[in-house]
Amino acid sequence: MSAPGAVVAAPEGLHDREFGPANAGKVGMWIYLVTDAMTFGGLLIAYASLRRMGNWPDPAEELGITISSVATFILICSSVSMVMAIRGAEMANRKALLGWLGATIAGGVIFLGIQYYEYNHLVHHGLGFTTMEHGNNLFGSTFYAITGFHGLHVLSGVIYLTVIWIKSLNGRYDGDASHVEIVGLFWHFVDLIWILVFTFIYLL
Amino acid sequence: MSADAHHHEPGFVGKYIFSMDHKMIAKQFLWLGLVGLAVGGLMAMLMRWNLANPGEAVPLVGNMLFPDSGGVIPPDAYASLFTMHGTIMIFFAITPLLIGCFGNFCIPLMIGARDMVFPLLNMLSFWTAALASVFMFGSIFVPLGGAASGWTAYPTLSTNVGLPGLGMTMWVVAIFLIGTSSIMGAVNYITTVIRLRAPGMGYFDMPLTVWGLWLTAILNALFVPVIAAAMVLLFFDRVFGTQFFAAGSAVVDGTGDPILYQHLFWIFGHPEVYILILPAWGVVSDLLSFFSRKPAYGYKITALGMTAVTVLSAVVYGHHMFSTGLSPLLGQSFMVLTMIISVPAEIFFLNWLHTIWKGRIRMATPMLFSLGVVFVFGLGGLTGLYLASISTDLYLHDTYFVVGHFHLTMAAAAFLGFFAGLYYWFPKFTGRMLNENLGKIHFAGSIITITIVFCGMLLQGWAGMHRRIYDHSVYTYLQHLAPMTNIITHSALTLGFFQLFFVVNFFRSWFAGEKAPENPWQVGTLEWATSNPIPHGNFEHIPVVFRGPHEFNNPDYAHLGRDWVAQWEQLPGDPSPEERIASTHVPAPQAAHS
Repeated sequence: MSAPGAVVAAPEGLHDREFGPANAGKVGMWIYLVTDAMTFGGLLIAYASLRRMGNWPDPAEELGITISSVATFILICSSVSMVMAIRGAEMANRKALLGWLGATIAGGVIFLGIQYYEYNHLVHHGLGFTTMEHGNNLFGSTFYAITGFHGLHVLSGVIYLTVIWIKSLNGRYDGDASHVEIVGLFWHFVDLIWILVFTFIYLL
Repeated sequence: MSADAHHHEPGFVGKYIFSMDHKMIAKQFLWLGLVGLAVGGLMAMLMRWNLANPGEAVPLVGNMLFPDSGGVIPPDAYASLFTMHGTIMIFFAITPLLIGCFGNFCIPLMIGARDMVFPLLNMLSFWTAALASVFMFGSIFVPLGGAASGWTAYPTLSTNVGLPGLGMTMWVVAIFLIGTSSIMGAVNYITTVIRLRAPGMGYFDMPLTVWGLWLTAILNALFVPVIAAAMVLLFFDRVFGTQFFAAGSAVVDGTGDPILYQHLFWIFGHPEVYILILPAWGVVSDLLSFFSRKPAYGYKITALGMTAVTVLSAVVYGHHMFSTGLSPLLGQSFMVLTMIISVPAEIFFLNWLHTIWKGRIRMATPMLFSLGVVFVFGLGGLTGLYLASISTDLYLHDTYFVVGHFHLTMAAAAFLGFFAGLYYWFPKFTGRMLNENLGKIHFAGSIITITIVFCGMLLQGWAGMHRRIYDHSVYTYLQHLAPMTNIITHSALTLGFFQLFFVVNFFRSWFAGEKAPENPWQVGTLEWATSNPIPHGNFEHIPVVFRGPHEFNNPDYAHLGRDWVAQWEQLPGDPSPEERIASTHVPAPQAAHS
């Protein structure tokens, strides 16, 4: 019985055909985002199902949409600055990269600040996590659970962006936007989820 | 990033504890899973004792485990036993063994990669699972006992009204953590298969083991997050007093919906049973071909059939809820979809039979266990049809028929698949062979007792034996089933006894077994292209892949003087390496970005 032939050594560092130049980090982030979308999916299904059971107050009236609209606008703007940051990294323009990344981080921080203020305000007016003074307790529970979960994502995003910002200081991403792009994917996702959350929880 | 990130020689902690090498992480998952399997199995033995001898003290260990009741298993402890048995077997035995261990070990080796694509994430995945197991096993020892709501943890049993103890809360946390671990693993597995296949290896050149593990990872990535969301809400209900799953009643207020939990649970829970069985399907599909010395019949159809089951598994979960007052229209849709899912399953089942048909079968232990899977999965699959149909399900739902059915399909089939794989890959794992004689005794003892235990349960269930009762002897209409209960219990204890042959074999072979030859089973998949012990980085050179994984007894290669051809061999008539590489891979673009 003969032994099998020797291995034909392949060159390393090739890219597969289907995904071409998308690096592993990018593919991994996309898959993670699908996963994360399913978590929000689970929470939003629960929200829809509980809301359908009736006795649901008018969200716009209870929550007020002025301040949250401002927060939404800021978050959308931070997505624009994220795109500009990637552009900066591609052009090897470190100043632009740091500036636009900084603006994105600032957008996230302002959003979190507004959310903190809003929570305080609502708790003060009788909308607790477990109890609501006039209405269905679950209105408060779902509101805090879902917006809180989203807020946690914004916080993670801000930390992630800050790490990238610090690494950019010494020019690590000049001309190599891949890592900035990956954090950008996460940030756009957080932004997109907020648009859904804002629509379902505040507006409808 | 994976290849050169850790090529230095790590210290003890880096090598054995916080290892980022997929082979070591596979071994860590193996040990975690074997502990879970032992604990979960012993819990089953205790339950069987109680069912056959209600009110009698457990021999040997009774006084140690249940001192307050004089060695008798009290009802609340029984409820906790069957909850923990289910949970531990699913999340801390099958998951670490078939997904954690085989996934980590087989995927990079079988696709010709140096490691997983994200080694750090891989390490975190194991240590999150380890942390989860601390919560899970620890929950048994806290005041008021562990979780006792069934592995499904339906409210209101699982809320503070049903189980006020800390143990249930720890259970919820443990499930959330093991889910997080699974998600980390899944992202890693999917990306690894997509990105790191050796040049020349298309998706349809992958071994079916990799297909099974990959599809499992996809299901994990999609549906574990849903149970994570449900667990977060249940955690809020228990700890902060929200009422997501608490419907109002005379004694408790609330506007929530317990049925909502069941939906969230089964959106995950049904794909979960395929998550558990898909790796075993993959392993068996490969091993049947390897040991029949024939190409896997309908390889592509088997891969696509498993994919079809994966897709359909997302839309059949309602069949777990026929008895909850589901709308009849919804119920009927779920019934039809559930019946449809048996079509692709039957197709690859027939492919298995075709694969062994007229093969030159080598009855080694891995083959015996694979045939065992075919047998028990066939039995379990057929009995599933009775449960898919609403009219019969309503009668059978709360009986042992269900217990027999799902143990045959996802428990017995998964564990036999695990043993098949372990006996098969043990030489690659440790460089030593498991003892064949002990393996055959282990198999014979297991398959006979498994058949008696679970077919016995099917019969009992058909006769109306309820599945959630602590003491059947108090119901006159169930008393005539007592002899059957005795037979099942004796078989179950014998099944446990026969696992000792495996334990002895495992430890003896790990440290002092017969040295394994380079390619003990004469199989041509890529894990056999590298030396034993496997070097760091797996392969000296990443191989070019020239063909599929099941090239046996091909008349074109009869002149070679052996009945198999390896995936990495370039033979006369094969395309040039450049052509093979170009069929799946392109050169990296010059610009470094994106």
